[in-house]
Amino acid sequence: MSTRPIATTRSAAGIPTARLAVWWIISSEIVIFGGLLGAYIMHRLAHGIWADYAANTNTMIGATNTFVLLTSSLFAVLAHQAAEKGDGPKAANFLYLTTLGGLIFLCIKAYEWNYEISHGMTITSNTFWSFYYTAAGIHASHVIAGMIIMLFVARTAKKNLELQRVEIIGLYWHFVDVVWIFLFPLLYIAK
Amino acid sequence: MILDSLLPATASTYASQIDQLFDVITVLVGIPFVIACSLFFSFIFRFKKKEGKPALYITGNEHQYTKWIHGAHVPILLFDVVIVVMAVNVWYTIKQDLPEANSTVRVIAQQWAWTFVHPGPDNVIDTADDITTINELHVAKDTLYHFKLESKDVLHNFSVPVFRLKQDAIPGRVITGWFEPTVTGEHDIQCAEICGIGHGLMPARIIIESPLQNAAWAQENSPLAIAAASESESESESKSEQESEQELAAR
Amino acid sequence: MAELIPVEHADGHEGHAEHHEMSFTAKYIFPLDHKMIGMQYMFTGMFMAVIGGFFAYAFRMQLAFPGMSVPGWGEVTPAAYNSLVTNHGTIMIFWVAMPVLIAAFGNYLIPLMIGADDMVFPKINRLSYQIFLLSSFVILSAFFVEGGAFGGAWTAYPPLSTKAEYNLTGLGSTIWITAVFLEFVAFLLGGINFITTAMNSRAPGMKMWDVPMIVWMIVIASILFMLSVGPLLAGGIMMIFDQNLGTAFFDPDRGGDPILWQHLFWFFGHPEVYVVLLPAVGIVAEVITTFSRKKLFGYRTVLYTAIGTGVLSFTVWAHHQFIAGIDPRMANVFTVTTLLISVPIAEMMFVYIATLYGGSITLTTPMLWALSFIFEFLIGGITGIFLGASGNDIYMHDTYFVLAHFHYTFYPIAIIGTYAGFTYWFPKMFGRMMDDRLGKLHFWLTIIPFNLIFLPLFVLGAAGQHRRIYNFENYPELSLPWMQDLRQIATISLCVMLGAQLIFFYNVIKSWTSGPIAPKNPWQANTLEWTAASPPPHGNWPEGLPTVYRGPYEYSHPDRKGSDFWPQDEPA
Ligand code: HEA
Ligand code: HEA
Ligand code: CUA
Ligand SMILES: [Cu+2]
Repeated sequence: MSTRPIATTRSAAGIPTARLAVWWIISSEIVIFGGLLGAYIMHRLAHGIWADYAANTNTMIGATNTFVLLTSSLFAVLAHQAAEKGDGPKAANFLYLTTLGGLIFLCIKAYEWNYEISHGMTITSNTFWSFYYTAAGIHASHVIAGMIIMLFVARTAKKNLELQRVEIIGLYWHFVDVVWIFLFPLLYIAK
Repeated sequence: MILDSLLPATASTYASQIDQLFDVITVLVGIPFVIACSLFFSFIFRFKKKEGKPALYITGNEHQYTKWIHGAHVPILLFDVVIVVMAVNVWYTIKQDLPEANSTVRVIAQQWAWTFVHPGPDNVIDTADDITTINELHVAKDTLYHFKLESKDVLHNFSVPVFRLKQDAIPGRVITGWFEPTVTGEHDIQCAEICGIGHGLMPARIIIESPLQNAAWAQENSPLAIAAASESESESESKSEQESEQELAAR
Repeated sequence: MAELIPVEHADGHEGHAEHHEMSFTAKYIFPLDHKMIGMQYMFTGMFMAVIGGFFAYAFRMQLAFPGMSVPGWGEVTPAAYNSLVTNHGTIMIFWVAMPVLIAAFGNYLIPLMIGADDMVFPKINRLSYQIFLLSSFVILSAFFVEGGAFGGAWTAYPPLSTKAEYNLTGLGSTIWITAVFLEFVAFLLGGINFITTAMNSRAPGMKMWDVPMIVWMIVIASILFMLSVGPLLAGGIMMIFDQNLGTAFFDPDRGGDPILWQHLFWFFGHPEVYVVLLPAVGIVAEVITTFSRKKLFGYRTVLYTAIGTGVLSFTVWAHHQFIAGIDPRMANVFTVTTLLISVPIAEMMFVYIATLYGGSITLTTPMLWALSFIFEFLIGGITGIFLGASGNDIYMHDTYFVLAHFHYTFYPIAIIGTYAGFTYWFPKMFGRMMDDRLGKLHFWLTIIPFNLIFLPLFVLGAAGQHRRIYNFENYPELSLPWMQDLRQIATISLCVMLGAQLIFFYNVIKSWTSGPIAPKNPWQANTLEWTAASPPPHGNWPEGLPTVYRGPYEYSHPDRKGSDFWPQDEPA
């Protein structure tokens, strides 16, 4: 007999507990990135020369990655829709596609960093590059974390179990996506 | 009243302003504090449990009671306003306003010593006759000084308690402030920002003299005057002192 | 990864499979039960408090008797002094106040007080404690590595903290920031639990305004924490990179800015003081209502002042940096916001005092603690006003006046508030009554020395004594005989106080093993935890979870004949 705490079955606020939790996680994450990007923007405004450094970033690659992430988010939405209809295997497949999107994103990122580092633009070059690698790096670690969870969720969803998790991981993935939408103009476009 | 009874001297033009502000705040927060405490203790004694005397049922929405609590906002806000106005006024005088200077000194902090650059007899800083000293600042009474504060390594804080003056030194920046000594004497300069193991070992002295004495001191110790003077023991001594200071300064 | 878990265990699927005959490890080492996790936090926090108190003893002995070989520590060198102070501050705030007030009481009380059988994410809860425990080992490990523990103050201002050639502690500074980082992650995880549990798992019938104040306060504190800690987490990563990868975020020589860290730190640091304040005032609300048999005067007022304080707390951080080289015009803004905070907090304190009015007060041990909290905190609060006044802070900054100010706030919160809560809920937690006479003895022998420690420090601070200086003999104006006398009074009082804690520990052990068996509701209080057995079994109410019919503070209600309390779960 598996007795889960009755506490977990209640919903006094009218919002499912898991969704509530993921919103709280997202809001604390927003503050983390807010602090980082706020610091970056203050520096950027104070140092005109950063525009020259930023000129070395590859806007094409950044734009491609934006596209990749947005597409993967679309798959996350489709997965949610499938889960709503109770179609676990289909949802799982969409989640795999989302994960694939994350993987492509990371590969492009790896290529990009590799190029930049081999051309002497490393995390210690100057504060612009420090911010560049730190911000993108923290974001990438969120992508990786999201992918891992997604694989777990997909595995259970495939058996038509715990389908409500699909929505939760989707929410998180959208958040990771939105962070990138902020990073992209700040690091790549503003020159 | 309170601060100057605890400190050895009130030695700058604005020191007494801070002392006054401190006293005013003491009174303004003291009044509500004393009232709150007397109510607090009287309630504890008055409403000790007695047989047959049940507690009142008060929800905290009855106007007859809430008016006391909410009414208290008015004086507190008022007191806040008074404190803010006075504090900002003092702050403006000391930190925002920069009156015309009679003289300028450079204060350089490093782990764990102070270097002071005095303008020398010509009263212009960054000239050949500047006098550099370590852990000893010489200033003249009734002269308005600007100080240019720098740090060579970590944060330090240039604190002169008798002036009631404090300012962080930040590596990579030169921060300008001012003071005007009003009484002569010799007092502490302290480092008031943790700066590593030797933070407790960063004392310096400020020597406030009359303008005449100070000028004489400057005349005597100016490197030009020393070089011009004929050879003597004291000269070679102060020279080697000077050299070691420069070495330190170059570190 | 922090984000993983909620999703993974979102529905606590395997939740309480181990219902029967739990093994020793399952019950005590890796528990899922919220009460056991709360206890783990409590005792870890208590252990850390002893360490933090011992550090205070070691460096205070050095201040009173410079150069002496301190019994139990040895000679306090300048380097040792700095790391003792730094780790005393860090441990007391992050490893005592936070875990005990938020995590221990939060975990123990929230499900019991809202009538649930557990937290909504038991496994995150356990993970949170494990990360916290790990972080405790990490912070203490610094004392055993080459170069010793970090000594750059609990504020860790760069460049001192980022460059080993400046702080001379090698690994120490990285260990420090890593430990703090881990601790924050643990509390983010814990916070999710507190917030979601309190929002979603309330007993049937328990409306927003029926939630006991302590639960509200822990929830608000967790929200404050979550919304303020982010920038510091980012800053922590930047600091670790500066230390170990050679970046220059905070290095002015290479385009960085040391002040940036100060903003990131205090943007968190100031809300943090209210993060620990709120749970303590929550405890006080429970205790004073129970022992004065009074309804809390203006339940919603307290709540609104707490929320108001929380919101304002995000706008005042630079009052720690008045003279740190920020734009001097900014100081004016921060003076205004800082002084404004006095309004909601004054209101909150007045409400508590008003609650006593017309009461029927019994001075039990928990009540004494709670009352002394109000009094001592008022002193801490009003001295904050001296510092918030920018002009005055030019002189006061980093003196012992600041130090005494925040010990008069932190001590009531972390020690007095904790003792109030601990003695109040002791019968519930351990099923035995505490010895009241020993409790009172402990109270007086703690509270009198406490004032004798820190009142002299106010005077010394006003006389210009600076913080973090290991020996005042180097400063002629700070080594006057009367000053040294005050230092010795403070230190001797500290020794008395530390000795008095032995009474507490004796009392705990004695009462735990042989105290009178506690009834379900020894204080005749209203809130739900008192309707469970003492101590509550796994699942809290095996006979069925309670339903709520009224608010938590209906004492001496005129409609209720024959008794002066009215439990929340009693049908009308
Ligand atoms: C929990 C802890 C806690 C709490 C609650 C507070 C509360 C307050 N603190 Fe404190 N503070 C600290 C912990 C805390 N502080 C710490 C740790 C530091 C030092 C950090 C470091 O440098 O290491 C510090 C430092 C500090 C400074 C910086 C000093 C400096 O370094 O130069 C300032 C300056 O503004 C300040 C102000 C205040 C104010 C205005 C309040 C207010 O919230 C107080 C409000 C309460 C009242 C005012 C009392 C009730 C009201 C009345 C009785 C009515 C009468 C009042 C009026 C008429 C105004 N604090
Ligand atoms: C919660 C916060 C807290 C607490 C409780 C204390 C408690 C004490 N503090 Fe501390 N202190 C700080 C936070 C705290 N401090 C901070 C943040 C700093 C600044 C650090 C820095 O500058 O970087 C500081 C710095 C500091 C200094 C300044 C050193 C310097 O600048 O040179 C001094 C000097 O006297 C001091 C003294 C004391 C003393 C005597 C106590 C005594 O009250 C201690 C007595 C201890 C006990 C009485 C513990 C008893 C408790 C138990 C036995 C467990 C009970 C537990 C449960 C029931 C769960 N502290
Ligand atoms: Cu220099 Cu402290
Ligand atoms: Cu503050």
